[in-house]
Amino acid sequence: MSAPTISLEGLTSATGFDELLATARSGGCASSTCGVAGKPEDMDPAVWDKIKDHPCFSEEAHHFFARMHVAVAPACNVQCNYCNRKYDCANESRPGVVSEKLTPDQALRKVIAVANEVPQLSVLGIAGPGDACYDWKKTRATFESVAREIPDIKLCVSTNGLALPDHVAELADMNVDHVTITINMVDPEVGAKIYPWIFYDHRRYGGIEAARILHERQMLGLEMLTARGILTKINSVMIPGVNDEHLIDVNKLVKERGAFLHNVMPLISDPAHGTHYGLTGQRGPNATELKALQDRLDGGAKLMRHCRQCRADAVGLLGGDRGQEFTLDRIAGKDTYDSSKREAYRQVVAHERRDHVAARSAAIGMVKAAGSGKSLLVAVATKGGGRVNEHFGHAREFQLFEASPKGIRIVGHRKVEQYCVGGWGEKATLDGVIAALEGIDIVLCAKIGNCPKDQLAEAGIRATDAYGHDYIETAISAVYATAFAIGPLAATA
Amino acid sequence: MAFKIIASQCTQCGACEFECPSVAIKFKGEAYVIDPNKCTECKEAADTQQCVSVCPVPKTCVPA
Repeated sequence: MSAPTISLEGLTSATGFDELLATARSGGCASSTCGVAGKPEDMDPAVWDKIKDHPCFSEEAHHFFARMHVAVAPACNVQCNYCNRKYDCANESRPGVVSEKLTPDQALRKVIAVANEVPQLSVLGIAGPGDACYDWKKTRATFESVAREIPDIKLCVSTNGLALPDHVAELADMNVDHVTITINMVDPEVGAKIYPWIFYDHRRYGGIEAARILHERQMLGLEMLTARGILTKINSVMIPGVNDEHLIDVNKLVKERGAFLHNVMPLISDPAHGTHYGLTGQRGPNATELKALQDRLDGGAKLMRHCRQCRADAVGLLGGDRGQEFTLDRIAGKDTYDSSKREAYRQVVAHERRDHVAARSAAIGMVKAAGSGKSLLVAVATKGGGRVNEHFGHAREFQLFEASPKGIRIVGHRKVEQYCVGGWGEKATLDGVIAALEGIDIVLCAKIGNCPKDQLAEAGIRATDAYGHDYIETAISAVYATAFAIGPLAATA
Repeated sequence: MAFKIIASQCTQCGACEFECPSVAIKFKGEAYVIDPNKCTECKEAADTQQCVSVCPVPKTCVPA
């Protein structure tokens, strides 16, 4: 089976501006509302400028832009109970997992190969499999060579924070605009249950002492980044019974120290991964518990809801990993960087997202103004561009949106096995998809056959392709209007 | 005396290489190897053997 392609299909093969634009808006969308600012209303322009092309830091950008991680930093200075350094597997998608480790030279070759092939690429991150700030020489060498070849690529790192304060000045010098720190606790008593040991200042520390040192270094690093105007995302792993309630304190404290975004992720603890938590039977939270906690944190540091817990060597849009297309044996030896595809794509996106933002804000306004007091949970099949543009049977994930008196917002995603392969659907696979869509009110997709549609209906889930190729929010507002008998929004976008 | 790395256990993260105060650890062929002539077991350089302390897998850096 070929690797998943979640790119804006036509956009990757076409190269001219008009050609790209025609593909981007094919189907369903008529009017244009140019002149509306591309940024959300409530955001500082300087901040928006930093995040507008970063798929992880901006939910809006994640429809348009792709990131890649290069696995140049395998060494780590913290042992976490949810991580096992010994095993990884090509078919798994979880943080810390990679198929091959790269030297900084190999990483440069890979970044050039991806930049030439994936026009959506905007961000290069170093996120493991170890710690980017601890394995600093390799991180720095990689960033320096990539920045020389592709000056406009955004650089970001992910770190546990222990070695972070030592490198904040260099990160700032290298124009690293985005740093993610994994912070699972602000109380060393809680930390001692998550971290068996750390290696710091030439010593191994354990217990409360280890957690206290880690906590102090994390807070110092965060404050130093904030002082330099570097945007920070805080990743927290939600571990039921260990730190789930405690994450409310974490959210408060990191917000006070200037964290830009807080991303609460569910613990992954499959015993097959051989982690301490996996082996001791510590369970992860279910989707409902995760969402309940995220909802309680609303109003603190801004929450990230579109995280896919990607691999440390992921490539592409967040929803679809293309890493397998760019393994070392598949990338040419001496490629030179060709900027034409990325430049053409950027022009199209600049044009397209003005429309999208206008359509989105009109749709959200309509749902808010409806005053129905009710909410709808909508699953959307999309392959990017902010549109309902994926066939039901081709989807490998559904993005979840909630339409409520608060507006329309992304609340998560559900991974599924692709139901239709080569034109045929398997009944057993469809049952799995239906199970994954439990609790959803309506499914929006570009196309769906009568058979799966009827099966979904039997399970109490409506599905429609009536809004195929519309913007996601426009389609949702129309569904919302129909469901609660409100006058629908005039056609936008 | 010196330490050695059990290659079958090693995840090849390389942390031992850059923590070794004697520069005794190198990646050779397919595995990290400790040069017994250079290894001092970190006597005088540190309280504990640095490779053992930083290694994420138990019983991987062991007395030779």
